Amino acid sequence: MRRLEPAAIGGVMSREVANFRTFWKATTFSSVLEPAVYLLAFGLGLGATIVDQVDGLDYVEYVGTGMVATAVIFSSAFPAMFGTFVKERFQRTYDAILAAPVDVEELVTAEMLWIALRSGFYGCFPLIVSMLFGLDPAAGMLVVPLYAFITALIFAGFGIAVAASVAKIDQFNYVTTLFITPLFLVAGTFFPIDQLPEAVQVASQLNPLHHLVELVRHACFGFESTDLLRVAVLIAFAITMWRVAVNRMEKRLID
Amino acid sequence: MKRFGPITAVDGIDLEVPRGICLGLLGPNGAGKSTTMRMLTGQARANAGTIKVLGHELPAQAKEARAEMGVVPQLDNLDVDVTVEDNLAVFARLYRVQDVHAAVDRGLAMARLEGRRRDPVDELSGGMRRRLLLARGLTHDPPLLLLDEPTVGLDPQIRTELWSLIDSLRTKGTTILMSTHYIEEAERLADEVALMAEGKIISRGKPSELVAQHAGRETAEVYAPPERLAEVRAAAEAQGLRVRPAGPAIAIVGSEKATDGAIPPEAIRRAATLEDVFVLLTGEEAE
Repeated sequence: MRRLEPAAIGGVMSREVANFRTFWKATTFSSVLEPAVYLLAFGLGLGATIVDQVDGLDYVEYVGTGMVATAVIFSSAFPAMFGTFVKERFQRTYDAILAAPVDVEELVTAEMLWIALRSGFYGCFPLIVSMLFGLDPAAGMLVVPLYAFITALIFAGFGIAVAASVAKIDQFNYVTTLFITPLFLVAGTFFPIDQLPEAVQVASQLNPLHHLVELVRHACFGFESTDLLRVAVLIAFAITMWRVAVNRMEKRLID
Repeated sequence: MKRFGPITAVDGIDLEVPRGICLGLLGPNGAGKSTTMRMLTGQARANAGTIKVLGHELPAQAKEARAEMGVVPQLDNLDVDVTVEDNLAVFARLYRVQDVHAAVDRGLAMARLEGRRRDPVDELSGGMRRRLLLARGLTHDPPLLLLDEPTVGLDPQIRTELWSLIDSLRTKGTTILMSTHYIEEAERLADEVALMAEGKIISRGKPSELVAQHAGRETAEVYAPPERLAEVRAAAEAQGLRVRPAGPAIAIVGSEKATDGAIPPEAIRRAATLEDVFVLLTGEEAE
């Protein structure tokens, strides 16, 4: 049997779909409400009182477009970390799947693809909600699900690799504090990073969320020549994290 | 051979399972049975030696081997929020079954859960879940079935029910490799038993052959206060008979060979069993 069989990947994803049907309402509810709350707090609250415009955009538009990155990281890294750990350690789901003709590479690929598909979809919700707050629709927005999908692949791979590396679920706190929160804060979602020290600006080029924020804003307000380079960087990150996740999971799942 | 750090979990076993039989891998907890099962699915890799399953060399052809085997794990790992039919459908897809609907219907019939097909698994009883777990491992009608402690933790009624199901598979010609630490389970279901302890197979044969070889025809059980048991034990051992603990009693194995005085009149004589063999060879109390 060859590597990466579509039937194996499809089978694993069908399990995720069957499970998702049991909790999609809660996920959709929070995906709509969360950006609305952020936009009310930051966009209307901060925007109306302290900040009027950033980089030539109304603050609501600035935050609304940036929040795609927030939605993507929250809907990919956390489900990948907690979901993988629970399925591996508590539910023993992977033992069942790996007893069928599915290997670890196919399992990880399917999990990453499913998380990224979901995240690519829900990642667009902040844009839709922002339209209710005054963001004008644009044809370029149609590529946003693709950007969100590629970025979610990175964080799905990251989350799976982390879950396969920690001994206890509590250790996710270190990862959240040391990696996810800083990445989220210096992505350019709520404030432009060109106000930050130069070292942080350079480091932000290694932050996939920063590239996503820029790509989404360009898709909404006008594409730029650097966009293809940013997409290439995201794809390179995604491939790297895929291999890291496969490697970590093989070490965890095969004795 | 399989080592975990300084521990040798499986220590050079030589195990060939003829097609169409049920082989019971019988041993106490920690004997290496589950590790052996995981090695056969490619979920554990041997440090030394070769493994072939249905002609496929492991680990290189583990996927091909898994496509032709069904696995029923010791621990219930069904998706509890998902419906009964979706649990079966997912595994039918994983096993590349062409007609998923037909496979689901077959599985439901086997697990006798036709009326519960749209119920989530967490609404099923323990026995129903076990039957579903067995049906899930058989969605692709495999020629080989690995059962890892299939009835561990179940009450006697559910256990008997599952035994009937497993027996019907054996009758149908499915090759079954079953790990268990329940003597009765091995006696009832297995055509052959391989006794395992400390990672090694210490004896193998038909249950009746193992009993005749290691325990003779008859065992005498003596129930008495500890001082009296010590006297009886000493007398039996003086005649070269083997004595094993049997809960509050002692069992004198091969008691038909005893001469006058070794077996007290209050002893209960019974036919020797696989339990006698298990305790004698493994040194563990039977379950």
